[in-house]
Amino acid sequence: MDTNGATTSSAAGGGSTSKSSSKKHSRKPVYSRFTQQELPACKPILTPGLVIATFTIIGIIFIPLGLVSLSASEKVVEIVDRYDESCVPSDYSNDKLKFIQNPSINKSCVRTLTVPKLMKSPVFIYYQLDNYYQNHRRYVKSRSDKQLRSVSDEKSTKDCSPEDKTVDGPIVPCGLVAWSLFNDTYGFSVNSKTIEVNKHDIAWKSDKEHKFGSNVYPKNFQSGGLIGGAKLNSSVPLSKQEDLMVWMRTAALPTFRKLYGKIEQDLQANEKIQVVIQNNYNTYSFSGKKKLVLSTTSWIGGKNDFLGIAYIIVGGLCLFLAVCFILLYVIKPRPLGDPSYLSWNRSPAGHPN
Amino acid sequence: MVLLSTSEPTGVAYVQTTNLDGESNLKTRYAKQETLQKIPEKENVSGLIKCEKPNRNIYGFQANMEVDGKQVSLGPSNIILRGCELKNTTWAVGVAVYAGSETKAMLNNSGAPSKRSRLETHMNLEIIFLSLFLVALCTVVSVCAAVWLRRHRDELDYLPFYRRKDFSEDEEKNYNYYGWGLEIFFTFLMSVIVFQIMIPISLYISMELVRVGQAYFMIRDAEMYDESSNTRFQCRALNINEDLGQIKYVFSDKTGTLTENMMEFQCASIWGVDYNGGKATSQDQKDGYFVQADGQVLRPKMVVKTDPELLQYVRNGKETKEGSYVHDFFLALAACNTIVPIIVDTPDPTLKLIDYQGESPDEQALVYAAAAYGFMLIERTSGHIVIDIQGERKRFNVLGLHEFDSDRKRMSVILGFPNQSVKVFVKGADTTMFSVIDRSLNTSIIRATEAHLQSYSSIGLRTLVIGMRELSTSEFEEWHSAFEVASTALMGRARLLRKIASNIESNLCILGASGIEDKLQQGVPEAIESLRTAGIKVWVLTGDKQETAISIGYSSKLLTSKMTQVIVNSNSKESCRKSLEDAIIMSKKLTTTSGTTNETGRTLGTGSTPVALIIDGTSLVYILDSELEERLFELACNCSVVLCCRVAPLQKAGIISLVKKRTSDMTLAIGDGANDVSMIQMADVGVGISGQEGRQAVMASDFAMGQFRFLVPLLFVHGHWNYQRMGYMILYNFYRNAVFVLVLFWYVLFTCFTLTTAINEWSSVLYSVIYTSVPTIVVGILDKDLSRLTLLKHPQLYGAGHRDECYNKTLFWITMLDTLYQSVVVFFIPLLAYWGSTIDAASIGDLWTLAVVILVNLHLAMDVIHWNWITHAAIWGSIIATFICVIVIDAIPSLVGYWAIFEIAKTRLFWFCLLAIIVTALIPRFVVKVLYQFYAPCDVQIAREAEKFWAQSQSAAVEVEMSPILDHPRR
Repeated sequence: MDTNGATTSSAAGGGSTSKSSSKKHSRKPVYSRFTQQELPACKPILTPGLVIATFTIIGIIFIPLGLVSLSASEKVVEIVDRYDESCVPSDYSNDKLKFIQNPSINKSCVRTLTVPKLMKSPVFIYYQLDNYYQNHRRYVKSRSDKQLRSVSDEKSTKDCSPEDKTVDGPIVPCGLVAWSLFNDTYGFSVNSKTIEVNKHDIAWKSDKEHKFGSNVYPKNFQSGGLIGGAKLNSSVPLSKQEDLMVWMRTAALPTFRKLYGKIEQDLQANEKIQVVIQNNYNTYSFSGKKKLVLSTTSWIGGKNDFLGIAYIIVGGLCLFLAVCFILLYVIKPRPLGDPSYLSWNRSPAGHPN
Repeated sequence: MVLLSTSEPTGVAYVQTTNLDGESNLKTRYAKQETLQKIPEKENVSGLIKCEKPNRNIYGFQANMEVDGKQVSLGPSNIILRGCELKNTTWAVGVAVYAGSETKAMLNNSGAPSKRSRLETHMNLEIIFLSLFLVALCTVVSVCAAVWLRRHRDELDYLPFYRRKDFSEDEEKNYNYYGWGLEIFFTFLMSVIVFQIMIPISLYISMELVRVGQAYFMIRDAEMYDESSNTRFQCRALNINEDLGQIKYVFSDKTGTLTENMMEFQCASIWGVDYNGGKATSQDQKDGYFVQADGQVLRPKMVVKTDPELLQYVRNGKETKEGSYVHDFFLALAACNTIVPIIVDTPDPTLKLIDYQGESPDEQALVYAAAAYGFMLIERTSGHIVIDIQGERKRFNVLGLHEFDSDRKRMSVILGFPNQSVKVFVKGADTTMFSVIDRSLNTSIIRATEAHLQSYSSIGLRTLVIGMRELSTSEFEEWHSAFEVASTALMGRARLLRKIASNIESNLCILGASGIEDKLQQGVPEAIESLRTAGIKVWVLTGDKQETAISIGYSSKLLTSKMTQVIVNSNSKESCRKSLEDAIIMSKKLTTTSGTTNETGRTLGTGSTPVALIIDGTSLVYILDSELEERLFELACNCSVVLCCRVAPLQKAGIISLVKKRTSDMTLAIGDGANDVSMIQMADVGVGISGQEGRQAVMASDFAMGQFRFLVPLLFVHGHWNYQRMGYMILYNFYRNAVFVLVLFWYVLFTCFTLTTAINEWSSVLYSVIYTSVPTIVVGILDKDLSRLTLLKHPQLYGAGHRDECYNKTLFWITMLDTLYQSVVVFFIPLLAYWGSTIDAASIGDLWTLAVVILVNLHLAMDVIHWNWITHAAIWGSIIATFICVIVIDAIPSLVGYWAIFEIAKTRLFWFCLLAIIVTALIPRFVVKVLYQFYAPCDVQIAREAEKFWAQSQSAAVEVEMSPILDHPRR
C-alpha cells in the first residue's frame, strides 16, 4: 500500500504544482476559487418586478424616441420628381432606347417644381435610381481600388474587365462601376434667376484625402466601343472628381439616391423652380426610373417614417406586455423558489421518473 | 521471450509490468531448471520451442520446449513480455518467441473503443437538418437567379451593372458568361461557399475546447481528490463529458469499488473452534511478530491484530491435537498461495521488512496473518519455499501447484516436508470446498465450520475454507506422472491440469476457515442512497458469492429491510425460465399494489414494496444470449435493485449490453479490477477506480478516480453542469451561425441573387473566429446553473439530464424559429430605414455586422446564469473587439469600405437602428423565457430561485419540505 502510494506520487511528481515542495508529493489540487468554480458571481433571476420594470422602461424610452424621430421626419421637406418618362419627346415614347442612344438629339428637358414648404438651406439635391442593382456581384467586383489610390498601381486592372484596358493602355478609372458613371446634369433657376449649386464636399472627406489619389488622372476613360456614362476631365485628378467618388460608393440597395449637390439658400414656399435636365443617362434599357430629389435634412437624416413608427410600435408593445405581466402576476402568482413546485414534490406519486 | 537463465542462481527474474497492466508490484518469472544450468556464453543450447500463435492474452502462454531430448512445458511464468522491466536481476537470457507487431504488448495496443457522447449523436442529426436547410437556401438562390437571368436575357448585354458583352476587342464576345445553365450552377456553388457557415464546423472545435476546460475543472476538483491513495480525478476520455449528466444506470463492481479491497484477516475457525480475535488485543503484540536472524530483525510490513487465545495455541506448538491442527492451518495459509516475499531495507540496518507481493489481496491478507501468528514466509522460488515457523526456518519443496481458477474456485499446493511426507493443502471458496471435503470425517467439525462460515459471511466477511490431505507415496507418484504429462501438453493443457487438480483435491480433511474483512469504502452507503434518489438504478455485479454480496448490499444500503428479495438461482434453462416468470409475476404484484406504472414499466407508487433482484452467474449463463434476456430485462425493470453475484467478467459486459440494447438510457460502469475492463468498455461511460487491483481498469476507463463516493459529485455536480453547458452551447452555436447566414441570405434577395455580401469578407471570416467564439466557450466552461451545494442536496435535480431538458428536438426547432425571426429583424429594420437613401453597401454592411454580433452576444448574455468577471470580460470584450475589428478593417484604404464605419457612426440613424434591432429581436425570446420560467418552471429553475431567495432565511423550511420525500421508499 505504502509503496504503491510512493510510486504513484513520485511518478506524478512532475505534474503537481508548486505546493509539492511544502507538502511532500501531494497531488491534492491547490485550492483556488477559480479551480473550484467558486468565483464570486452574480446570478440574476427574472423576477416579476424585474420583467415588468424592463418592459416599462423600454416602453417609456421607445415611445418618445419614436415620436421625436417621426416628427423630425415630418419636418423634412422633400420634392421628388420622376423625369425619365416625361423627358422623352413624345415621338420617341415607343422607342426610348433609340432616343437615349442617339447622341445627336438634344437631351435637354425642362421641369418645373413647386416648393411645398419653406426649405431651409442647405437643400440637398439627389438623383434617385430605381431598379438599378449597384450591388450586383459582377458590378461591385469590377473595380480597382488600388488603381484609384496611386499612379504606380495603374496597371492593376485584373478585376476590371470588361472595362480594364484599351489599345492605348489601362483605363483609369477602370471597371464597370466607373464606366457607368451617372451623367445627367441639372440646372436650377427661380424666376429665371439661376440658383447656385454647390458641388463641393459632396463626397466623403476620407475618399478625397486617402482613397482617390491626387496625382491619379483619368486615362483612356470612356474611349472604348461602348460609352457607359459620363466622361471625366483628364486634367483633373481623381481626388477632385467628387461625382465619381459618390458614384463609386456603390449603393447597398437597388433603390438608392446619390448626392448631386447642395443649394445654399432657402427656398420659399410655393416658389416655382425651373430645372433644366440633361437627360443623358440610359436607364431605359432595363426600365429603371430616374428621379430628381430636393430635400432638407433633419438630425435623423432624410425623410423616412419607418423608424419612428417602428419605435412607437415596439414601445407600445412593451408597455402592453408590461401591463399583461402585471395582470398575470396578480391573477396567478407563483412564489419564487417555492419547493412545493419541484416536480418530485408536485406529483403525488413522489418520483418524477 | 522465453527465459533460459538469469543472474539469480534460482533462475528467478523479477519484472515490473507497469507498461502492460499497470501493476507496480514485482512479479517473478522463472527460467526452467533444464536450461538454467547451461550458461549460454559457454555452450550452445539447442532446442526447439513450440508455442501457440501470437495472441493478446498477456496472462496466458502455452509452449513446449525440447531441450536435450526432454520435453519441458512453458507457461506464462516462464516468459518475459515486451514492455516489462527487469528489477533486482542483473541479467537474463532468453529466446524471443514473438517479435515486432506480434508481441502481446502490440497486440493489446488497440485501445479502448471510441465512444461518442449522446448529445453529439443527437447533434449530428440536427446538423444534417441544417445541411438540408443550407441546400434549400442555395437552391432558392439559384432558382431565383435562373428566373432573373431568363427574364432579363435580352437586356444583359447592355445592362450597366451586368454588361455581358465585352467591346474592348474588335470582336464582340461574351465576357465572363458561360451560358444560362452554367451561370446557375456557378451561382449554386458560390452560394454554398457564402452560406457554408451554416454548418457549424467551429462548433466541433469549440466543443473540444469546452471539454478540455471542463476536464480541467473536474481534475482540479478538490472534492474528488483521494487523500489515501494520493490520486486526483483523471479524465481519460475527452469526448463524453456531457454524458455524465444523463446516466440512468450505474453498474458497479463490488470488490475494490464499493469496498476498499483492503483485506484484513479478521477471524478464523480452526477445527470447529471460532477464534474471532480483537476482543482483547494484547498490548505487547503491538509490533507484531518478528524473527531474528544473523542479528537482523525481519518483520512483516503489515501488522495484523491477533487473537491471544489462538496465539497461545500456536506458541505451545503442536503437542496438543488442537495445536497441530492450528499448525497445519497456518502452514496452509503461509504456503498455499502465490505470494512473493520481498525483503525491503529500512533505514535501520538491523531491521528489515518483509513485503508480501502478490496478485490477490486475499492471499496477502492471509500470509500477513500467518506471519503474525509466527508462520512467516521468507522465500519462494518455483521449487521450494522457506517458512520461518516460530523462529525455526523450515524448507519445504513445492512439488506442485494448482493455481486458482474460476471454475474450481480453489487452489492447492503439494508440499514435500523435510521429513519426506507429502501433503496437499487446498484453499478455496466454501461452495466448491465442501464438495471435495471428505464428509465422513469429523461431521461435527464440518457442521461447526459451516455454521461459522454462515456467521462470517452474514457480517460481510469473505470466507475461504482450508483443507489438507496427506498423500501416500503411490498417490503422489501417480499424481506426479500425470502432472508431468499434463503440464507439457500443448493442446488443452488447462483442461488436463484442471482434471488432475480435481483428482488430487478430494477427500480432504477440513482444517478450518478464514474470515477476511472487506472494508466498505468511505461514504458508499450515502453515495448509493443519493444515486437512487436521483433516479439512477444501481446494479451491483460482483464475483463474490451470494451471501457476501447480500451482506455487502445491506451494509451499503443497497438493500433495505423493506425490500422483497427475489432470488434467481437456477441450474438449467428451464428452471431459469420458470423462476424468472414467477419473479416477474411476483414483482408485478408487489409493485403495482398501489402504483401507477409509467411507460418504462417503472412504478411510481409510493405504497408499493420495492423489489430487489438477486441473480447468480450460473443463471445468467442460461439467460444471456438467449430469449430469456427479454424476461430478465422486464424483471429487472420492475426491481429497484439488481444484485448479480458470481458473475464472470464477460457476463458483466453481457448484462450491460442487455440493458443498452433495450433502452436508450445511458449506462455507467464503475470498477477497479482487470475483470471489470470488459464492462467498463461496454458501458457508455466507464469509470475506473484507481485502487488496489492494478491499473487495468483505469487504463480501459474514460474517467478514473480514487473512491466510489466521488461518483456523486462527478455525476450530480460535474455531470449536470457539463450536460447543461454543452446542451446550451450546441443550440447557441446553431443559432449563432444560422442568424448570420440568414442575414446574408436576405441580402442576396436584393442583389439579383448574385451572392454579393454587404458584410465584407473579413468580417464573415472573423465572425465565428473572433466576434462570437470566445463567449460561447467561456460560458460553456464556466456557466453554472446551480451551486454544488444545491445539486448535492437535491439529487433529484439530476433528472434534468434524464429528461433531456437542455437539448432536445423541440428546443432545436424553437431556437431555429427564433433564429429566423431575429435574422428578419436584423436585416429588415436597416433595409426599411435606409430604403431609397444614400447608404452605401459597406456602411450598411457594417451596421449589419455590428447588429448581428451585439445581438448574438446579448442573446447569450440573456441566458447566462452565473456571471463572474470572466463571463463579463468575454461577452463585453467580444463586442468591443468587434468594434475594434470593424474599425481596423475600415481603416484599410484599399478596401471598398474605407472609412465607412466612421461615416455611418456619425449619423444618429445608425444608432437608432442598432437599438431598435436589438430590442425588437430579443423581445419574443425574452417573453417566452419569462412565461416559461414563471408558469412551467423546471426543477432547476425553482432550485435556482430557492438558492437565491430561500437559502439563508428559510433553509429550515426547505428541510422540512424535503424530508418526507427522503423518507419514503423510492419506486
